[in-house]
Amino acid sequence: MNAADLRVGDAIPELTIDRVSRQTLALYAGASGDHNPIHIDTDFTREAGVGDVFAHGMLVMAWLGRALTGIAPQSALRSWGVRFASITQVGAQIRCTGTVTEKFEQDGEPRLRLDIAATDEHGDVKLKGEAVVAVG
Amino acid sequence: MPRLDRDLIGTVLEPIVAEVEKGEIRQFADAIGATDPIHTDPEAARAAGYLNLAAPPTLVFCLTQRNSEPTERLVRLGFDVAKLLHGEQHFEYFHPVCAGDTITLSTRIEDIYEKKGGLLEFMVQKTDAVNQDGKLCATMTAVVVQRHG
Repeated sequence: MNAADLRVGDAIPELTIDRVSRQTLALYAGASGDHNPIHIDTDFTREAGVGDVFAHGMLVMAWLGRALTGIAPQSALRSWGVRFASITQVGAQIRCTGTVTEKFEQDGEPRLRLDIAATDEHGDVKLKGEAVVAVG
Repeated sequence: MPRLDRDLIGTVLEPIVAEVEKGEIRQFADAIGATDPIHTDPEAARAAGYLNLAAPPTLVFCLTQRNSEPTERLVRLGFDVAKLLHGEQHFEYFHPVCAGDTITLSTRIEDIYEKKGGLLEFMVQKTDAVNQDGKLCATMTAVVVQRHG
């Protein structure tokens, strides 16, 4: 996949992540420094009345980032952002997708603007946003 | 009803200094399933133009929470952390963050506003990540949401 070949309307290769497991959340808690028990401690979540633990929003964003670095080197990522639309449950299978919405030039380099999203296996949107990637 | 002090708008929080280590980049890459060798193999990183292992794009956000007590900070700002949501997160990149860097993270409270008749309060925080050479590596904008009721 070469980002320079993408046209407006093209989809980038979809990235499907293994189902969210408690172990994945524990490893991310350790690596990210986000030790909020709501993501790792089921005793805490039961006590707090929220049922089960759920994924860190920033973990799902990191997965979405992998879909972007799948089309261009990380050094080409200029900016991106997301809105966290809903929580991601244990067991969810996340799909990361993106579509080119614009080709433009800024600071003397060609760039792509993309709509990006992370959705679960039911099509529920978890994260939704936009990214700008330099090409060529 | 509003619990966040509007006078906080414009406040700059105490900077957090983070020393970025090879081990934490490898651990983070593993935790998010990133397999690009620029995160794990110094030779591959150098071949790609980095001085050392490159931090994955969202690690710069995590440097704050890896090097401080983020919950305490939120409590000091007046948040009820049991009813807190991460609403939005944005990144802009200018220079890579690599192993061996010392990154200073300075956060400014850009705005505080409410919606739904005060049922939701929003705080916009903008963080600059500057390396040991004074180079701005990234700016990050977070929208933190306080639920009431």
